[in-house]
Amino acid sequence: MTQQNNPILIVAEHNGQSIHPITYELMGKAKELAKQQNLPLAVLALVSPTVDLQELRFRGANSIFYIRHDCFASPDESLYAQNMSNVIRDLEPEVILIGATPFGRSLAPRLAAILETGLTADCTDLKMEEGHLVQIRPAFSENILAHIQTETKPQMATVRYKEFAEAERNEKEPSEMIELQTLETVGHQAIKTERISDFIVDITEAPVVVSGGRGLKKAEDFKLLQALADALGGMLGGSRAVVEEGFISKDHQVGYSGHRVKPVLYVACGISGAPQHLAGMKEAEMIIAINSDPSAPIFQIADYGIVGDLYEVIPKLISEISR
Amino acid sequence: MFSIILHKEVLILRIIVLIKEVPDMEKVRFDSEKGVVDRKSAGTEVNPFDLNALEAAVQMKEIADASVTALCMGPPQAEKSLKEAIARGADEGILLSDAAFGGSDTWATSITLVAAIKKMGDYDYIFAGEKTVDGDTGQVGSEVASMLKIPQICFVESLEMNKEGLTAMVAVWDGIYRKTLTGKGMLTFTKAANTPRLPGIREKMKARKMEIPVWDLRFLSEYLNETDTGFKGSPTKVKKVVVPPVLHRKGKIFREINDACLREVKGALIARGITEGVKK
Ligand SMILES: Cc1cc2nc3c(=O)[nH]c(=O)nc-3n(C[C@H](O)[C@H](O)[C@H](O)COP(=O)(O)OP(=O)(O)OC[C@H]3O[C@@H](n4cnc5c(N)ncnc54)[C@H](O)[C@@H]3O)c2cc1C
Repeated sequence: MTQQNNPILIVAEHNGQSIHPITYELMGKAKELAKQQNLPLAVLALVSPTVDLQELRFRGANSIFYIRHDCFASPDESLYAQNMSNVIRDLEPEVILIGATPFGRSLAPRLAAILETGLTADCTDLKMEEGHLVQIRPAFSENILAHIQTETKPQMATVRYKEFAEAERNEKEPSEMIELQTLETVGHQAIKTERISDFIVDITEAPVVVSGGRGLKKAEDFKLLQALADALGGMLGGSRAVVEEGFISKDHQVGYSGHRVKPVLYVACGISGAPQHLAGMKEAEMIIAINSDPSAPIFQIADYGIVGDLYEVIPKLISEISR
Repeated sequence: MFSIILHKEVLILRIIVLIKEVPDMEKVRFDSEKGVVDRKSAGTEVNPFDLNALEAAVQMKEIADASVTALCMGPPQAEKSLKEAIARGADEGILLSDAAFGGSDTWATSITLVAAIKKMGDYDYIFAGEKTVDGDTGQVGSEVASMLKIPQICFVESLEMNKEGLTAMVAVWDGIYRKTLTGKGMLTFTKAANTPRLPGIREKMKARKMEIPVWDLRFLSEYLNETDTGFKGSPTKVKKVVVPPVLHRKGKIFREINDACLREVKGALIARGITEGVKK
């Protein structure tokens, strides 16, 4: 299994059904780094038999190592980490990249501890300098960018979703598929995992997010925002303040302890613009802010700011755009 | 010498809560020219996510026979955070403090915490916040669990104690999962899990009088090598810090809502291709 050059290894993320697009993004960035260093690019996919691996073959990797087993149908970090560590010890990759999704962020540390190597969380950029991986990541509640290097091998990092373009599709040179055997099929006996519902909302994929904050007087007033979201083809978001009030559920929360969104348009209604809120939406392509306080910090990152009462502004906006 | 010795004789649940002292993020200043965090510009507090872990532990104490130990690695001043944890319901605090622990990354921090947990003896659960507001990594919880070879449930959004053990709800992959822990394990908590209580006056008084034992490298030497902890033991090294200037967009601010404003905003939406429902 050992190759001449130790590869850059991408851990494929899936949801029990299909491959998550973060995998193709990691492959895109890794291909660029691999070319620079003359290293092969490999993917490791631990999947249940229902996951379709076809598309993975067309994204420029040299090889796809995979294990298919029913035991990978549920997100059990210790089981994944145990099986991955066995494969990784053979492959001896230079670099391992894992998506900074909820699963990736709980799996990666579990794996790094087994491999006895360093791990950098939540990178937003990566580059190679003198053969070393420079891992760039926000810290201090997103206030600074730290450049980090790992002195142990493999150099491991989790990387945020939607930071890099997906690897280009190339059907002419499909990757070599290498099937491996599962070594362990039971995780910790002391843990039981059941899927109880599908996400009803996933605001991270919405092209438009219309968010409400404490400027809303009551939960029902989200209906007004829903009307605006409908007019724009978007979904509802909220600040933590309104999630805590119970105006809207946690899956809609935008920010440091909620979701990070990068929509084409973000509309902030009655949101002051606390740093923890900005952390979740500052990279939206276009930001419209509606706030009655002209000094609200949200206006500093808005492309269009409207000073006014949201109860007056939003109906006018809706009637203008649907006119 | 340590109250924890007592626990071995009594059959109660033992919960360890990992606590970190962090700068108050509302106040801390960053120098973008020098690329440094001015730690003196702000006071310190208990990492906000750790308060949710502590609250979960204290709530368990209310329904079961449980003892809660707050464990913190930090400088001697971090004693303050352990007292705060006691004021919020922990039974005791242990501070891991030694110049040799300074500069630890998540790996070195985890190995040091693991040494202390081994030194403490037996436990049932370890609770931690999902991440810290200064490190932002969210790695220590599962690194500790991995090193101790115990299962983990990360990013707990709600928790229930029942006959089987602990049942947590988490959002992972594209679904909501119910994970039940029937033995020892590590749980990391999100802000959604609960609302941390404020310390009461009586509890504050009690906390003030509590002695906080300080464990240093020598005390942990059975379980920890000097070369594994602190800056030296850290496989990841920060080579450079950049403080990006505070984000600004040269936006257009309308002081009132009028026709000109509405037309311009609509024009911008159309230019962006946001046309679903938008009538040109
Ligand atoms: C560890 C930590 C994590 C956090 N994570 C998050 C997070 O993920 N997401 C998040 O959002 N916050 C988060 N916060 C909280 C954050 O600091 C703020 O408290 C929160 O974002 C404030 O929400 P808000 O803007 O809705 O409320 P406020 O700050 O109260 O702002 C309300 C705004 O509404 C305006 N307003 C009032 N009435 C009207 C009206 N009629 N019309 C128009 N405008 C009106 C006011 O001028 C004001 O600017 C976190 C905090 C901590 C410490």
